Amino acid sequence: MAQSKTLGERLQSHGVSRRGFLKFCAATASLMALPPSMIPAIAAALEKARRPSVIWLSFQECTGCTESLTRSHTPTIEGLIFDHISLDYHHTLQAAAGDAAEAARKAAMQENEGQYLVVVDGSIPLGNPGFSTIAGVSNVDMLKETVAGAKAVIAVGTCASFGGIPHAYPNPTGAVSVSDLVKDKPVINVSGCPPVPVVITGVLSQLLTFGTLPELDHYGRPLAFFGQSIHDRCYRRPFYDKGLFAETFDDEGARKGWCLYRLGCKGPMTYNACATAKWNEGTSWPVESGHGCLGCSEPDFWDAGSFYKSLSVPTGDVARNAGYAVAAGVALGAAAGALNRAKRAGAIKRHEKVNVDDLGDDQG
Amino acid sequence: MDLLAWVRGPAFDAALAIFIVGVIWRLIELLMLGRGVSLAEPRGPEFPAGLRTIVLRSWPSAAKLKTGATTLVLGYGFHIGFFVGLLLFVPHIELVHATFGLRWPGLPTPLVDAATVVGIVALLAALAHRLSHPVIRFLSTSQDYLVWVATLLPLVTGYLAFHRIVNPYPLALSIHILCVELLMVIFPFTKLMHAFTLFIARWYNGAIAGRRGVQS
Repeated sequence: MAQSKTLGERLQSHGVSRRGFLKFCAATASLMALPPSMIPAIAAALEKARRPSVIWLSFQECTGCTESLTRSHTPTIEGLIFDHISLDYHHTLQAAAGDAAEAARKAAMQENEGQYLVVVDGSIPLGNPGFSTIAGVSNVDMLKETVAGAKAVIAVGTCASFGGIPHAYPNPTGAVSVSDLVKDKPVINVSGCPPVPVVITGVLSQLLTFGTLPELDHYGRPLAFFGQSIHDRCYRRPFYDKGLFAETFDDEGARKGWCLYRLGCKGPMTYNACATAKWNEGTSWPVESGHGCLGCSEPDFWDAGSFYKSLSVPTGDVARNAGYAVAAGVALGAAAGALNRAKRAGAIKRHEKVNVDDLGDDQG
Repeated sequence: MDLLAWVRGPAFDAALAIFIVGVIWRLIELLMLGRGVSLAEPRGPEFPAGLRTIVLRSWPSAAKLKTGATTLVLGYGFHIGFFVGLLLFVPHIELVHATFGLRWPGLPTPLVDAATVVGIVALLAALAHRLSHPVIRFLSTSQDYLVWVATLLPLVTGYLAFHRIVNPYPLALSIHILCVELLMVIFPFTKLMHAFTLFIARWYNGAIAGRRGVQS
């Protein structure tokens, strides 16, 4: 794999101006919440960076994550950086097939022992190794073999990060996430279905710039991108605070851009960069286009009830249960009341009346 | 998310069942106890006097302010804060709408937020008052403290969840819902039942006074 050219030289040869490159570095610094004084450091480090070897493993996935990352409109600098990592193995993108492809993976592992990055999209089935295989090797075996010599693992997408849709109830393949299996290497979860492209380039930039892993949240996601909820960064938040809601997708409120909470928006529970980084070169994002957030970057989002009901709504048939409870309450109350009355009637019956003659002489 | 699924699912169903069964059971049992037949000639009608007492006892008066200002102010502060938070917070209205189909207008969240803080502060002050006043302290049972904790928890956990002080959010929300479920479960079997019985009690007091022809 060609290691000779630095990233700076490659960007230059692709006609990226110094100004454009620095703008990217500034954007990266602000996305990662770094002070402006870090911009030159990022630029210097990125320019000098050699192509890191990346092995991309695709397991139980839909290729949406790869689509998201590769179809970010070229030539963005994010795209170029992504192009200029040495992607030594990727089913969907590589020309080689069969034995040649597997040989490329093994060669990359050998040449870059301890230094290469493993990117995984898709969950790993444990129910039966035959559910998903590549070149006759089960996903779990390939993951373990490839990760053994890696520097770090980046789990791209919700399937790799948390199991995703394959992991949804009743999880027929016994799907698990990368972090369920990889315990001895750093795992960075870049969740989302699919994840925001700039998030993965941001993570790669940090790795190239500082040689360190980003600070992670409790779900192993880079805090710089997953530190705040969609709800807290949503431009429709003022409408939520004012109590102005769209009731349907085509009513007056929807046309005026009011909050989509009543239409089931999961923004309050979802941590992701959509509201700030947006999609398609900053064109729009789901909430801006009029649909509530599905919460796709959160674990088990598929099992969180209806996409069109808010998160706190009970999942059971509450009206039916309440009906039964009322009937049971009435029955119990009536029974207890009847028992009390019978007890009182019994007490009255047993009561012996005393008159003055019964009191006798001993009273006086 | 597993915890959230549980508190929204089986736990909520169980808590709601206990709440409804318990409240209706106790109300019917109480009402079926009835009142002894009075053989005396009534000196006035029961109905207007009963209504009058329900209104009068719910309204702060100068006399009450003089004898128990702390209890009055804290009582109103807490109850208003609690009910504004419970009934006028938009996600709560949404919950009722999604489950029972009823809906009413909510308040802007900053106002609900402020009311919640008033409720929390009033509850804390009420505890301080309870502990510092020798008579109230003597009269307090462990149930009073249990009820105090169970009432405070939904307010505090709701505040923490809304302001994202506890993370991740689904955990904060789960704890909040769980605290509300605890409140629902103990509700029918503690003094919390006063929410339903106070108007009955006030009616009885007023009606008895009306029948005797005296002011209640």
